[in-house]
Amino acid sequence: MSLKSRDHALSSPAEQLKVLGGELFHTGKLPTFREKLIAHNYYPLTPTGIQVFQINIGYMCNQTCKHCHVDAGPDRKEIMTKATMESCLEVYEKYKFPTIDLTGGAPEMNPEFYWFVSELKKRGAKEIIVRCNLTIILANQKYHELPLFFKENNIRVVSSLPFYKADRTDRQRGEGVFDKSLKALVMLNEVGYGVEESGLVLDLVYNPSGAFLPSDQKTLEKDFKRELFELFKIKFNSLLCITNLPISRFLEHLVNTDNFEDYMSLLVRAFNPSALNGVMCRNTISVGWDGYLYDCDFNQMLGMKLDKNTGQHISEFNLTKLNQRSIAVHQHCYGCTAGAGSSCQGAVVT
Amino acid sequence: MEKSYYNQEDLKKFASISEFQPNLASKFFDYYGEVFKEGALTAREKSLIALAVSHAVQCPYCIDAYTEDTITKGCSEAQMMEAVHVAAAIRGGASLVHGVQMMNKTKKLSM
Repeated sequence: MSLKSRDHALSSPAEQLKVLGGELFHTGKLPTFREKLIAHNYYPLTPTGIQVFQINIGYMCNQTCKHCHVDAGPDRKEIMTKATMESCLEVYEKYKFPTIDLTGGAPEMNPEFYWFVSELKKRGAKEIIVRCNLTIILANQKYHELPLFFKENNIRVVSSLPFYKADRTDRQRGEGVFDKSLKALVMLNEVGYGVEESGLVLDLVYNPSGAFLPSDQKTLEKDFKRELFELFKIKFNSLLCITNLPISRFLEHLVNTDNFEDYMSLLVRAFNPSALNGVMCRNTISVGWDGYLYDCDFNQMLGMKLDKNTGQHISEFNLTKLNQRSIAVHQHCYGCTAGAGSSCQGAVVT
Repeated sequence: MEKSYYNQEDLKKFASISEFQPNLASKFFDYYGEVFKEGALTAREKSLIALAVSHAVQCPYCIDAYTEDTITKGCSEAQMMEAVHVAAAIRGGASLVHGVQMMNKTKKLSM
């Protein structure tokens, strides 16, 4: 169940920020992220130009993963309206960002999803990413045709699979998710996704199923490819490693298991200044289901809206001002700068 | 003084051994870093060996460190436990192989 449906204190972004800004960072034990940026001459963090127009079209999801930074679930009713999507289309038409990244929840559960994708294609969108959780394809008969819809629109499918074994996957994403995910992957492969020379891209996302960092992306990719093909004849293109950020339900997990302090210390120890050049907040703008703008999907979940002078809503989208803004940071940002760095496109340092 | 001989926090202070003898500590940590680099063995294989040895020498710091390291490097629970069994087998075998010595002595003493 989502934090929100449990009426949990951490369902409030303010409460999450309170935990993140607690005594661990204000007794000198660990430096704040802002202090770290200052020490490395990166403060304030600034954009490098918008390459990715990431749109969260709703928090509704058929799964309730333990680590979900969105606190998504079947009970979440916040979804983007057609009117807000139209505003996004107007902005896209004007600026033609190279990549559109549709996320959720399960973005396919928004009834306007199919219309929205089609309208983006009509406007000449080249790369559209859909963050598909895989099980949605099997959740209901009306979703069985998704692989075909993805193919027809040349969608780049990016799907989470935390491990190539059932136990670790199911512990994070729910009982039976691994088997359903494999079935969905087979369906995607059958229409050509992940298959050489098909031009249809299927990427998988690895994120650690616990309070530890991801390993080297290339090494894990080899393991995933070998194991998924040998055991299940499944193919995919690339593995993207994403670090779990200490917010929302993963934050709850850290606090409940007494791992918060150790995990934050781990992220701070693994701080890699070279990752700052590629962090996604510098080349992405994130649009919330209600049209508000954020530096990234994580800031969105923490309610860290853009500055009023920059324009806070899709209806006030001003590229010049957005490119001149200062990016809002907090302690969760350490998740994107640990080790090889992390972004929605995987590791940022190769 | 701590109330326990082992303090979890001490693992993070490992580098502070240089305080009393910087020269040897520096040589040790350089060597340590080199040992664990990718080489004829992969970094993951070395991590699994380290996990097994940690159990053989029963070092709680090493067990914590190399449990986290192996899981981070993508090892499965089964691989990690098999590494521990390798340590157990060698330790058990090391005891049992001395049984031959015991048998030799017994036979020598006996009529």
